[in-house]
Order: sequence, then C-alpha cells, then structure tokens
Amino acid sequence: MNATTSIRIHHLTRVEGHGSVDIQIRDGTVERCQWQVVEAPRFFEAMLRGRKWFEVAHVTSRICGICSIGHTLASLKATEAAMGIRVSAQVVDLRKLLLHAENVQSHVLHLGYLVLPDLFKVPSVISLAATHTEQVLLAIRIHRLANEMSELIGGRTTHPQSAVVGGFARWPARADLANLRSRLEAALPEGIALAQFIREHSANVPAFERETEYIALSDPNEYALYDGRIASTDGGTFPVDQYRQVCNEYCVPQSTAKFARHRRDSYMVGALARVNLNHHHLGPAARKVAEMFGLRPVSHSPFMNNAAQAVELVHSLEDAIRRIDDLLTHDFKPEKASFAIAAGRAAGAVEVPRGILFHEYEYNKSGECVWANCVIPTNQNHANIQKDMEALVGRFKDRPGDEIEFMVEMLVRAYDPCISCSTH
Amino acid sequence: MGKPQVAFFDFAGCEGDQLQVINLEEDLLQVLEAVDIVSFREALKGHAETYDIAFVEGSITRRSDEARLREIRRNAGVLVAFGSCATNGGINMLKNFQEQENVRRFVYGEQFFHYETYPARPLKAVVAVDVEIHGCPVNRREFQAVLASLLAGKKPNVPNYPVCVECKMAENICVFELGMTCMGPVTRAGCEACCVTAGSFCWGCRGLVDDPNADAQREILARNGLTLPDILKRFRLYTGFSEVSK
Repeated sequence: MNATTSIRIHHLTRVEGHGSVDIQIRDGTVERCQWQVVEAPRFFEAMLRGRKWFEVAHVTSRICGICSIGHTLASLKATEAAMGIRVSAQVVDLRKLLLHAENVQSHVLHLGYLVLPDLFKVPSVISLAATHTEQVLLAIRIHRLANEMSELIGGRTTHPQSAVVGGFARWPARADLANLRSRLEAALPEGIALAQFIREHSANVPAFERETEYIALSDPNEYALYDGRIASTDGGTFPVDQYRQVCNEYCVPQSTAKFARHRRDSYMVGALARVNLNHHHLGPAARKVAEMFGLRPVSHSPFMNNAAQAVELVHSLEDAIRRIDDLLTHDFKPEKASFAIAAGRAAGAVEVPRGILFHEYEYNKSGECVWANCVIPTNQNHANIQKDMEALVGRFKDRPGDEIEFMVEMLVRAYDPCISCSTH
Repeated sequence: MGKPQVAFFDFAGCEGDQLQVINLEEDLLQVLEAVDIVSFREALKGHAETYDIAFVEGSITRRSDEARLREIRRNAGVLVAFGSCATNGGINMLKNFQEQENVRRFVYGEQFFHYETYPARPLKAVVAVDVEIHGCPVNRREFQAVLASLLAGKKPNVPNYPVCVECKMAENICVFELGMTCMGPVTRAGCEACCVTAGSFCWGCRGLVDDPNADAQREILARNGLTLPDILKRFRLYTGFSEVSK
C-alpha cells in the first residue's frame, strides 16, 4: 500500500511545554518528519549576568517548575565548586534525599498522570479517576508523600528555599526524618504496586528499538544521582568540567531549544540512560521491578524510559529509607555553613528526573555572576527524539494516519520532555 | 446546565503554577466535581473553543504570542493571570534591563536572528485581566479560594497588605534581626511568608502592595548594608514591571 498521510500536531498535549510535530507521507515515502520546539525562550544565562552568588540558584530554579530541586542543586554545586566551598557529609545526604523526593514526584506525575491515559487510550487521568479510582488514588498518595518530603527538606514543594550555598538554611528535625522514614516504608509496596499496574497495561506500547548512545552520571559506589563522572554506553567517562565536549550544543531553526550530539548524531539522557549505565547499583526491590519489565541493560527502546522511571521510583523510595537510617545513626544535627566568597569558574552536574543537568558559572571577586551556561536534559534529548521519530515513522508509514499520530505522541511522551526547561 | 468550564494556558514560564493545581493531590478530584477542565495542555488531550474561566500562566515575550493571548481573552468569560510571570512579569523581567540583541547573541551566538523576543511583560500589558493570583509559584490554597469565589460569582479577595503581616502570624523571627535583608515590608502577602518560614527571606515574587512605602524600604535596606545598585537589583528581581510602567 502506498499511503499518503499528513500529520500536524500543534502543541502536543500531556507534556511540559510547547512542542509540535510535522509529518508528511506521500505515496509511501516520508517526505517530512520534524520535531519542532516552539517554546518562548526566556534567556536565563543572560539574566544571570550581574546577579549575586546567593541569588543565582533562586533564579535558575525558575527554569523549571517540575525539576526546580534539580536546578537548585546543580546551581549550588556549580557555585560551590567555583568558590572552592566544601559541604559536609550530612548536607550531601540531605541533598540526595531531596533529589529522591523530586525523582518520585516527577516520575509519578509522568507515569500516573501523563502516560497511563495512553495505555488506556483515554484523554486524561480524569477519565481514569472514574474507572480505576483505586490506582489513581494510589498514584496521588505517592505524589503527595514526595511533595511533602520536598517541603520537609527543601522548605517548599516547588522552588525550594532551604537548600542554599554551603548547606541548608533550615534543617529538618530528627523526629520529622524518623516519621518520613516510616511513611516511605509504607509507600514502598505502593510504589511496586503502581509499577505492576503499569506493566500489566503496557500491551499497546509499540515494539520499537533504535540503537543510540546513552549518557548519565556514574559513580563506582552508588546509583549516581547527585555526584559522579559523565559516562557513556559507547565507552569512557569524562569529568563534569568537560561537559561541553560531551554535549556539543548547536542551534536548529525549528527549535528554540538547542540540540546536542556526542559521538553519534544524537544521544539520550534520563531514567533509561541511568538504568542502562548503572543498573548494578539499583536497590533490590528496584531490580525486581526492572526484571518484571524485562528491562536489561542496554535497552534501545525509548518506550522503555517509562519502565526505567517505574524502576527508579522504587529505587528512590528504598534508597531514601536507607539514607535516613544512615543520617539518624550518625550524629545528625543542624550546622551553620561558613565560607568565603571568591572569584572562580566551575561546572556542577546532577541527575534530575529527565537526565543529566549541567550548570556552569563564572563569578568575579565580589561574588557577582559574570557568565553562565545551563545544559538541560531535554535539550540533550531533542536530537534523539527527532532521530527516533524518523525511524518510527519510517517503520510504520503504511499504518493509518491516526495510528501513526498516536505512536508519535507516545514516543515524545516517553521522553517525558520538559520543553520550556529545555528552551529556558 | 453543565458544570462551569475551566481552561489553563501558558506562555513564557516554568509551568510551576499549573503544577500547583496537580499538587492539590486528592483535592483536585473535588475541583473536578465542581468544574469541567476543558483545556490543560500539560495534563490532558483535547481543547474547547470557549470557557468560563481561563487561568493563564507565563509572561508575554514575543510579539507573535500576543495573538494567542488575545484569542484566549475573546474566548474566556473571566481571565485570571496565574502566577508572578503572568501578573508582574516575574523573573523574566530581568532581561529587560539588558540590551535585547545582546541578550539574544549571548544565548544563541551567531544564529540569534532565528529567535524572536522582546522585553518581557505581564498579561495586563497586552489584554484586560480580570483577576490576579500572584506568587512564584502560586499558593494552592489561594488558587482554591479564588476558584471558589469565581464559581460563587463573587470578586476574589486579593490581600493588599505586606508579607510582614503573615510572617508575624507564622511566628517567624524577623530576618533583619538575623542579619539578612528582606522584601517583605513592601511585598503583597498571600504566601503565608513561606520563604521566611523555610529559612530564607522574602524575595518579592508577589509584587508590590498598592502604595508601597518604597522610601522606607530603600532606607532600611541601605541601613542594613546594601548599596544603591544592590537595592535597585533587589527591587528588580520581581518588581521591574512596576518600575517601567510608571
């Protein structure tokens, strides 16, 4: 059959930000297939010029509402590295807890509210609330816990206030951490149940693979989220300071967000990249969830990113419990940071829900930011989304237009793109 | 008669305000009993032609976005500016105090001409706005209260007193006593002084109260060691639009 189809998705739904798709198939030939990012740029790097050291994380947190904790922490790490500020082990542990809270919040939001409707072919979670009330309430409960965890440690659920240069401006009480621990323990089986529910209803996920490069932080001792070196499934690790040789950002006219490439035409970051590179550091419950999804490294299916998020959701719950135990058996108590403001330039990286995030700043001696660069996970994924879309449409070009459209939407959603964040 | 139809839209911003609607958690299900959400790109597929209430997040930063906002205005019974970027331009205003071509070149280099922008502005600089919910991000309880008022046909109550009032009620120690400086004395309340409670200080995200005592604020910041350029910067973090619109 020589199909002729025209697909134009203006402002794709159930993703963060504004992205569009333009596909033209004529007589069985794909003439056009383009992922377009039409989000209004906000020019964060320029806005940072002239801002004081203590304002920089406050400003960059606003790059993204969903991953504001990750932006805050990448920012604090870059500022601390630029000024030679060292933070204590308990500060690092609390920050890791904060990243877990964001990871759970964001992954549940994506899986429960944005992906599940596709698996049931309904327009939104609102329809599911009527047919699968119990599971929707389950997702909401985990989402609420993650948000309350962010609030306890970061001071707010969105745009945290307590994590500051050098440490924390407000510390959770020991009793609050102990209480959080018991709630996390109760949530762990619920997280596994949500993962099972998603697995049971994943029948309509397209069978599609395309080999690509996966990039994530990697650490010899743990499942890297807060620290590590940049690692690639194509081999090699790189220090965070060399991130620009890894990302190689470039501009394309159809996107207000920059694209990135490393050794191939594109690479992928995010939960799947992390599981592909660091599977051996997952917690025992998370590993079982990976098994349940048949997710083994290296998986080349972008749709497996959803499974990887379910795996990480469980990992974050179990690792957070372990970390609180660690904090409470040691002499956990509030401390006041002391440091000197200095001139310098450095990069900081953390793994946020959608992948590896880099911030780099230069400060003058009075602590004013004079230069900044931020490379966002979705930024790094845009070229890979484009390449996957070309391969997916090429493979299924003879299918009816609405079927192709549905698969393309599912593909983009699987990346959980944070589009306004990527344009920033 | 069907339920009132509610729509969400966004322009230049982080979508953190719409996220607060999702962050209502179980309460969101109650909201859904009272209204039909007919457009919410971040959370659902589908779109309606007209709606009773439109919540619009983000600033306007491109001339080409004005038409979409005007269309939303035409289709909406009530238009609510949702969050600081929409009500006062928010953090996006920071680029307005730099030369616009330089801003574009700094971010995009030689290919800057592909990427349109103009000085960021709140929604009210382009269309008539009926209600403002301030905050970066908005306070979920305030969103619920405003929605409840609108559904009851009442005018929502927007606080017109400074953050200091709520900060005292939260029993915080004044940050000036702790050696920090704060925008609380001139900033519109409604946030329950959440940043001070979290160990920080007020950054001014909700914009100035009507008739702020700006002279006294300048004086107290100066007395606490801020230079004139520092003070100006502090005001411009979130309230740059009130400066240029005067």
